[in-house]
Amino acid sequence: MGGGAALGADQPVQIQGVSRSAFAASRTALGALLLRDLVVLRKNLWEFVLRTVIQPFLLCFVFLFVFPKIGQAVGSTHSTGGPSAFATVLVAGVVGISIMFQGVQSVALQMSQEFGFTREIEDRVQAPCPIWLVAMAKVLSGSVQGILSALIVLPIASVVHAAGVEAHVNLHWWIVVTVVPLSCVAMSALGLVLGTSFEPRNIGLMFGFVVLPITFLGGTYYQWTKLAPVRIGGWPWLQSIVLVNPLIYVNEGMRAAFTNVPHMHLYIIYPVLVGFCAVFLTVGLRNFRRRVLS
Amino acid sequence: MRPVARNRYGGAARMDNVSAQHVQMSSTDAVIRTSALTKVYAGADFRAVDELNLSVDRGEIFGLLGPNGAGKTTTAGMLTTRVIPTSGAAFVAGVDIVAHPTLAKQAVGVVSQTNSLDRQLNVWENLYFHGRLFGMGATSSRRRSDELLEQFQLSKWARASVYALSGGMAQRLMVARSIFHRPAVLFMDEPTAGLDPQSRLALWDILRELHAQGQTILLTTHYMEEADQLCERVAIMDHGRILALDTPEGLKRSVGVDTIVTVKASGDQAALAASLEAALDGVTRTRVTEHGVELHVKGGERLLARCVAVAEEGGYEVEDLSLAEPTLETVFINLTGKELRD
Ligand SMILES: Nc1ncnc2c1ncn2[C@@H]1O[C@H](COP(=O)(O)OP(=O)(O)OP(=O)(O)O)[C@@H](O)[C@H]1O
Ligand SMILES: [Mg+2]
Repeated sequence: MGGGAALGADQPVQIQGVSRSAFAASRTALGALLLRDLVVLRKNLWEFVLRTVIQPFLLCFVFLFVFPKIGQAVGSTHSTGGPSAFATVLVAGVVGISIMFQGVQSVALQMSQEFGFTREIEDRVQAPCPIWLVAMAKVLSGSVQGILSALIVLPIASVVHAAGVEAHVNLHWWIVVTVVPLSCVAMSALGLVLGTSFEPRNIGLMFGFVVLPITFLGGTYYQWTKLAPVRIGGWPWLQSIVLVNPLIYVNEGMRAAFTNVPHMHLYIIYPVLVGFCAVFLTVGLRNFRRRVLS
Repeated sequence: MRPVARNRYGGAARMDNVSAQHVQMSSTDAVIRTSALTKVYAGADFRAVDELNLSVDRGEIFGLLGPNGAGKTTTAGMLTTRVIPTSGAAFVAGVDIVAHPTLAKQAVGVVSQTNSLDRQLNVWENLYFHGRLFGMGATSSRRRSDELLEQFQLSKWARASVYALSGGMAQRLMVARSIFHRPAVLFMDEPTAGLDPQSRLALWDILRELHAQGQTILLTTHYMEEADQLCERVAIMDHGRILALDTPEGLKRSVGVDTIVTVKASGDQAALAASLEAALDGVTRTRVTEHGVELHVKGGERLLARCVAVAEEGGYEVEDLSLAEPTLETVFINLTGKELRD
């Protein structure tokens, strides 16, 4: 630094001190945290689009294009309405799984990294707002990214298929505008729980033991209502067990929103999703607080 | 009516909506005040910080000097609301940090020991979004980002990724960011740890300039030289307690030693120390170190010559001999019997 003039030593520093109420400071801080995330999203837009699109594209490509071409189409052997019915089921599931992965990607991976080796979180929590709001901002921007991914994925999923296979998309707008945001918040909150529970070096474990089971047993490729035949004695065990999986409700919600296929009752989907939001946020915010305060 | 607080520069800090009960303006000019501030970490059976009473004045550079585990980071952590005190009280800029952490955070700037820059943002954006976070509008935040980059000689790097910065530049950017919102007090935890000597000197210059502008700074360090060169007052800490607190000169004077003599010679070091202590006047303490026998001497004339004489009389071969003034290290040794750095 060259001399006192460099820092303008002759002008006294105006010390700001505490000039705004906690509420006013928190409100602007929340806005700035979201703004920052959106700016980063805009910078990495192509990366975001590619990583959002790749999985749904592959799913649709394999199940709805390759399988029918090689005479292995799902749905063709049962009297379930043929490949097109399966396509309709899958399209909604693909949107649901994208929302879930967005929660993992944009909240869990991000957070685990910031906690782990970049230590960015140390600066973020000095923001003039309560600690929980910093975590909440991440959940909110994760949810926005989830909604964006749903917007991108739905058209792709409904056009990638072989000739003769067709997904029947019917938009039920009231359900769309409620169940999609609700699902996004629930999955981002799940991301918060995962991101605050797993160290960066254990991310592999997280994928293997949490993310994979949730996706495969989350009703992406099948309707929950169709699981009843899997029984031991008289007990539809699989159908019962997967009820602990939040993705089931997300995917059934997507079916209700985007298709006319039978789905779990909305009276169940809404309250359970709200319940998952509450549980994940409670646990996630508690974890977050524990990790940043001592 | 809006309460108006005047700082000593005559600038008035408006206090919209902040009820006066949250912000007790102390009658003294203390920016930091703690009373019996104590931290026991969960699961620990000792006090990381033990009934700390501290008062840092406006405009001061204050140093917390102590060895590893002394409780410096814990103290700074409590004052920046990251560590929750077990008992006691602390006020920063008049705000109770336990009761109103959100208010207190408006008044503090923090430079952490590790690089906590936002890796997804470029250099300029790191500043700009900090301003937005602290409630500045887009225009003023943009203007101040430009100003600060200029002042900290980082303008050339404005659009660069923070990955492109050297350690010293990253540190400068973190300092720029920390004072962006004109905090009442700037906390720096071991600001020069891990910096090369040149960057360390550059950072010292920056801190001196900030100080000249009236910025209150609390820094922690385990480099006694840093505390000595930079700080107006230094608290020497160990085991969570303040052992001594004064200006560096005052601390050094307090040991009552004028000269530190180090005699490097072959042979039985303890015996040499004993005979030197017996033969010379005014020796207050002797120690055997890796550099030889160290004598703390008050007064005394012709010390060098007499040391050589005593050593050679005893049949020791003197390899090296040096005189030095007491340092904060001497103070620390005097207080604890051990060295600051191991
Ligand atoms: N999060 C924590 N949980 C439990 N104990 C802790 C924690 N942080 C610090 N300690 C303990 O508290 C004591 C004081 O630590 P602190 O980090 O405040 O010391 P320090 O003076 O900053 O040391 P250093 O020079 O190593 O940074 C140490 O014994 C340390 O082991
Ligand atoms: Mg420390």
